[in-house]
Formats: sequence, C-alpha cells, structure tokens
Amino acid sequence: MGLLSTQFENSNVVITSVEGVLNWARLCSLWQMSFGLACCAIEMMAASASHNDIMRFGVLPRPSPRQCDVMIVAGTVTLKMASRVKRLYEQMAEPRYVVSMGSCSNCGGPYWEHGYHVLKGVDRVVPVDVYVPGCPPRPEALLEGWMRLQEKVRNFSLVKSETTTD
Amino acid sequence: MTASDIHNRLQTLFPEITLGFDEQVPCIIVPADAIRDVALQLRDDPALLMDTLMCLSGVDNNDGTLGVVYHLDSVALKHKCTLKVIVPVDNPLLQSVERVWRSADWHEREAFDLVGMRFEGHRDHRRILLPDDWEGHPLRKNYEVPEFYNGMKVPY
Repeated sequence: MGLLSTQFENSNVVITSVEGVLNWARLCSLWQMSFGLACCAIEMMAASASHNDIMRFGVLPRPSPRQCDVMIVAGTVTLKMASRVKRLYEQMAEPRYVVSMGSCSNCGGPYWEHGYHVLKGVDRVVPVDVYVPGCPPRPEALLEGWMRLQEKVRNFSLVKSETTTD
Repeated sequence: MTASDIHNRLQTLFPEITLGFDEQVPCIIVPADAIRDVALQLRDDPALLMDTLMCLSGVDNNDGTLGVVYHLDSVALKHKCTLKVIVPVDNPLLQSVERVWRSADWHEREAFDLVGMRFEGHRDHRRILLPDDWEGHPLRKNYEVPEFYNGMKVPY
C-alpha cells in the first residue's frame, strides 16, 4: 500500500546497502534523554509540543540514559552538574550523540566572564556533535540542529573510519 | 509599630546589650552573640509578634566586616522591621536563628555557602548550593575564581 507498491509488481524486494538501512532506521528513531538544565529546556519542551512536534522525527524522551541515543544538553551546565552530565553520558550505550543547545552549554553564554560556577561549554566534559546557537534557541533552531544530527547519522559508515572534523 | 518603636521596646527589654539604630535605612543593629535572644523576643512578644522571617541575606561590607540582614514581618500585627548583625571577617561567628524561624535554615546555609559566616547552633550547617568540596566563598569581595575544579578548567 505504500510508495513502493507502485514500483514493484510482485516481489517485496528492495535493494539497498546494509549501512543505508541501518542508518535510516537509526536516524528515524533517535531517542532523547529527557532532562533539562535551565530555560533552554522550556524551548526543548516546546519542540516536543504539538506546534513543532519533534516526535514526528522519531524522537522519544526516555527516562534512562541506557535507553537513549541522544543527550540534549539544554541549559547552563554548572560545575556541580558537569560531573553528573559526564556520568549520564558514560551510561549511554554507543553509538551516542550529544546536542549542545543554547549559548550556555555552547560556551558559557552570559556567564562566560563572571560565572565562577559555570562550565564554559559542555564540550569540556563530553564530545558534542551539534551545537545549536541561541539564548534560548527557538524550537525551529533545535529542529534544524536535529536534522543536522540526522545527516551525521545518515553518513555514518560501518567500514570507513569516521573523518574527524577538528 | 515603626522600626524606631520596636528598637526602643527592645532596648528597654534588653538593657544589658547595646542595640544600634540606623535612621537612614531603618534597621536595628544587634550584637552577634545576642541575636538569638532578640529574635525570640521579637517572635514571641505579644506587642511585636514577628512571625515571619521574609529574608536572611549575607553581605560582604568590604571593610573587614561581614553582615547578616534579617527582614522580619508580622502577619498578625502588619508591621515590619530589619535587623543587622555585623561580624569581623577573620572571625565571622554569630548565633543561628534557625530554631526561631524555620525559614532561616536554608537562608543561613546559603549565607554560609556564598559569604562564609558561621551560624552557631545551626543543626544542619553545611553548604547548600555549591558542591561540598568547593573551596572558598564566592560572594566575598576578595574571592578569586579557581583555575581548575575537579580537573575541569573554570575560566573562559
């Protein structure tokens, strides 16, 4: 009944690569860790709500890091929280991704100079795949970041070594 | 009752201690070792009935002293007053009012955490916001941000 039924008369055979189908399955079901650290979390919740409905990309918020693929660091990472964020990241199963949402978790944001208690960028404790700028970013910006992450997953190769960007 | 009336009443009730009074910002200045008795009197005196501690703040006066400011309110009698305690920075010790008003519990812990005065008689005297292994008190004027905390670089 789907799109493919018009293209194949009898057989249900589709030819693709293993990588292609695995990556397609993964990028369409990136489960997110449900935690927020500050006001960015409100925009993250707005992205989940009906207007933006991030769930149409297969994003399910999960309460346990062991069931998650993506950690959205939404908000100010204090030094006290940083060790917890790192531990949560380590509890996630590979392959795992991190989206840094908002200025605070990108680089410290407004606390960059006088924030004695703020980690100046979550990339000092965990590797970040996508940075979403904004203070806070609108839900559209988070969706854009999400699609960048999906592109990254789509281009993941089981056989070729990943090219490092830095 | 105005702040000056409250000051006069307290001074007659506690003749052995000297209670200062600041006209400019109406507040009563209480010695560090008398604040608990004064607080109990303020709470239980039927003419004062300060039943609510609205706020307790720690201050670094930047002149070798630290201060604690108490904002009191009487819901019953509809009047307010402000108390101040001033302690030297090298021995910042004062009595706790945590047993007088329960709201003082976390406020005193916060003042200790960020400004670093000690509250004698507090039943749960430890940091509240910063991690337990943090060094120093960040809202002191002479505080310097550490280079590293637990292996994480702190400055930008």
